Amino acid sequence: MKTSPSIHDLPRPGDVSVSHLDLQDQEPLPPPFDKIDQEPGIKPLSQAAREKYVNLDDTIAVNIPKPKTQEEKDRLVQGFISGMRKLFNAGDNWTFLQPLVLSMEHCARCQTCSDSCHIYTESGKNPLYRPTYRSEIFRRLYFKHVKGSSGGRGDIELTWEGVVKLIELSYRCNLCRRCAQTCPIGVDNGLIAREIRKVASQELGIRPRELHEDGSMLQQKVGSSTGMSSIVVKDNMDFIDEDMTEKTGMTLKTPWDVEGADVLLMHNAGEILAWPENPGAFGLLMEAAGISWTLSSELAAYDSINYGLFYDDVQYARTLIKHISAAKKLKVKKIVMGECGHAHKGMCVISDRILQGDLNVPRESWLPFMADLVKQGRFKFDKSRNDFPVTLHDPCNITRLMGIVQPQRDIMRAVVPEHRFREMTPHGVNNYCCGGGSGFAIIGGHNFPEWRFHATGRKKMRQILNAFQGEPMDKEHPKYVCAPCSNCKGQIRDMLKYYDAWEKAGINYGGLVELMVNALVGAKPGFIDWEWH
Amino acid sequence: MSLVPYLLAYAGIAVFVIAVVARIRMYSSMPMHLRWELYPVPHEKSRAAHGGSYLEEVEWWTKPREVSKLAEAKAMATEIGFLEALHKHNRPLWWSSFPFHFGLYLSIAATVLMIAGGVLSRVAGGLMASSLGSVWRAGMVFTGVLGSALVIIGAVGLLKKRLSDPDLADFTTPADIFNLAFFVVAFGCAFATFVLFDRDFALASRFVGNLVTFNLQPVAGGGAGVMLGLSVSLLAGLVGYIPLTHMSHFVGKYFAYHSVRWGDEPNLKGGPHEPAIVANLMQKVTWAGSHIQSEGQKNWVEIATMDYKQYGGGEKK
Repeated sequence: MKTSPSIHDLPRPGDVSVSHLDLQDQEPLPPPFDKIDQEPGIKPLSQAAREKYVNLDDTIAVNIPKPKTQEEKDRLVQGFISGMRKLFNAGDNWTFLQPLVLSMEHCARCQTCSDSCHIYTESGKNPLYRPTYRSEIFRRLYFKHVKGSSGGRGDIELTWEGVVKLIELSYRCNLCRRCAQTCPIGVDNGLIAREIRKVASQELGIRPRELHEDGSMLQQKVGSSTGMSSIVVKDNMDFIDEDMTEKTGMTLKTPWDVEGADVLLMHNAGEILAWPENPGAFGLLMEAAGISWTLSSELAAYDSINYGLFYDDVQYARTLIKHISAAKKLKVKKIVMGECGHAHKGMCVISDRILQGDLNVPRESWLPFMADLVKQGRFKFDKSRNDFPVTLHDPCNITRLMGIVQPQRDIMRAVVPEHRFREMTPHGVNNYCCGGGSGFAIIGGHNFPEWRFHATGRKKMRQILNAFQGEPMDKEHPKYVCAPCSNCKGQIRDMLKYYDAWEKAGINYGGLVELMVNALVGAKPGFIDWEWH
Repeated sequence: MSLVPYLLAYAGIAVFVIAVVARIRMYSSMPMHLRWELYPVPHEKSRAAHGGSYLEEVEWWTKPREVSKLAEAKAMATEIGFLEALHKHNRPLWWSSFPFHFGLYLSIAATVLMIAGGVLSRVAGGLMASSLGSVWRAGMVFTGVLGSALVIIGAVGLLKKRLSDPDLADFTTPADIFNLAFFVVAFGCAFATFVLFDRDFALASRFVGNLVTFNLQPVAGGGAGVMLGLSVSLLAGLVGYIPLTHMSHFVGKYFAYHSVRWGDEPNLKGGPHEPAIVANLMQKVTWAGSHIQSEGQKNWVEIATMDYKQYGGGEKK
């Protein structure tokens, strides 16, 4: 294992990791977590895992078994080359051909992007986590195996170890595209990471189980990656209705499959199981505003997630079609996406050049939709109910990748006292990823979650703590991290729990609709109950 | 001075034009890709300041889209002219890269002034003989000399960084060194020619005039002829070489910004994008993953709408 690996170390044959995240290289967090030796560490990768799987950096996301025969090794190499070639074929990859070729051909390898990457900087600048490390290897393979000549771009060997480690390394990037934002030429290392994931999945059948078998496939089979069928989800929503009605004194009966409704609301179904107050709050607000709305119990339509966005264009398209077909069947006027960032981007932006004709059902984010209702005066809020420090996390998919920045702040201004709101630095389109982006929030094998908290989530943890500096850091003074995205919320929940931040610093988390209902006149006070969950 | 510099100049220009046109055609002929924009997008008018988009508007599809081409042009001008992104995100490199690029712009400007001056001398000789002509020639010398000097300074700075910065070492190839060295040598030779033999750019102007009018007469003999011929040959080689390398980013950058980063044009029902979408969806899929189930026969519509039982097998939670 090297502390400063070269790109040539990745494909090197052998059974050792290329590098790993060393906690001693990391900058301490702000108080009260500023003692790096008191931080919970990363447990070592088990011996069994080391023996069974290929080891890139002493953690594992993808679980790629070591090939046992030469035939298996050859299949990895040949399959990867074959998949790479398809990436540059208009039929197989019209979806991203032009952006990919631009990023292959014109990188000046100036490393301007490196310092924008939260993973690289928080790793203590370990070269393995540079945005350009995997890209440069992939670029050299492109010139050698796709264009047929290195053309002076530098050589690299392609071994089966290199293939497997490059695939694993493509899951060390949150696809937040902050690096692309800083590139003077417009090269997109986030896209390259995603395209490597596509080769692995679409050609070799390799990807994290959480995204594929337990993710997009399960959703397409039973209707949701949570495993909930339409019967179960309706039962759960009935419980949520009862609970919300009791909790707020406002009657809630979630409408299902209402034909011709103005709005088809789509939730990340994880909210229904993990944070039932979120879909409950949405329902209360829709009813309070007098909106004609519905949920759909059609296959996959009650779960807005679309994990194909993270790793596989075909899986993405399959889920998208199911979502849209449900809306078309109900003849709704529009689809409104609830608090889920990747579902926003998948449904509102990426889909835009796939859907045409009758399938092009109008789609929008809940943020401008709700901000407009607030502006119209459809709600009456008592801001004093939210008299606690609040900071706002900007999900990358909604801000940097969709340009939705102000509506959430307009809502925030309406429901939180001005002196209680504090922005993170930086925020808006320059935000940092929560660390759970691109599927990381649900990848939980081995010691990957701990790696995630230390590597991908650390910048967000730093931002949260900085936002609350000056406040008493104890449980008697509760503070609220507002994360209007299900994946981000899951990552922030797990990370706060990892650091025991609720007990030690009084930092809790939740969505934005919860803050709205907490301040809603007409609802009983105390919607946010400050219980850790 | 022989015919060789003239022939090399024509060849360099021809290779440049062909390679640039080929690259533009390559990018232009690629299928319409999925939207992959990145905010801030400067043409989003008042929203651009906070990085916002038309998606911030409720029912945006019912409202006229406000696009500011002026704001986009301004963003392009500062990026091209000032290398704003590099200035903002990598200042140490900007100190070398900016003079290098700005020197190239000035050198191109000097060449344009030479060509235009040659044309004006023929069609309006009196004008060029007047004080305006003197100002014109001074401007030509100023931009040419300053441009060459800045290119050399910038290229040396970039070369130094490439050779000494540990962050760049693993990514630097022999071609990177060669490219920068080529600039230093070619522009260094041109600068030496100016200092030693051509302080008023008379020889260079005459050569450019001859080149434009296909009058392939020698413009100087002796040392001046050798140096001018060498300079022209090296610069011509450089002009032909640039678009064959990653330095063709002046083409790629246009597409990377306009088609990808700022490519936020929505596809409205019945709009102009629909035929391209249909054409894309009709393409055959050859991916070999077992869940794709195309076997190279099915198109994107067929695999996206396939029944789960056909591709899902027996996945269990």
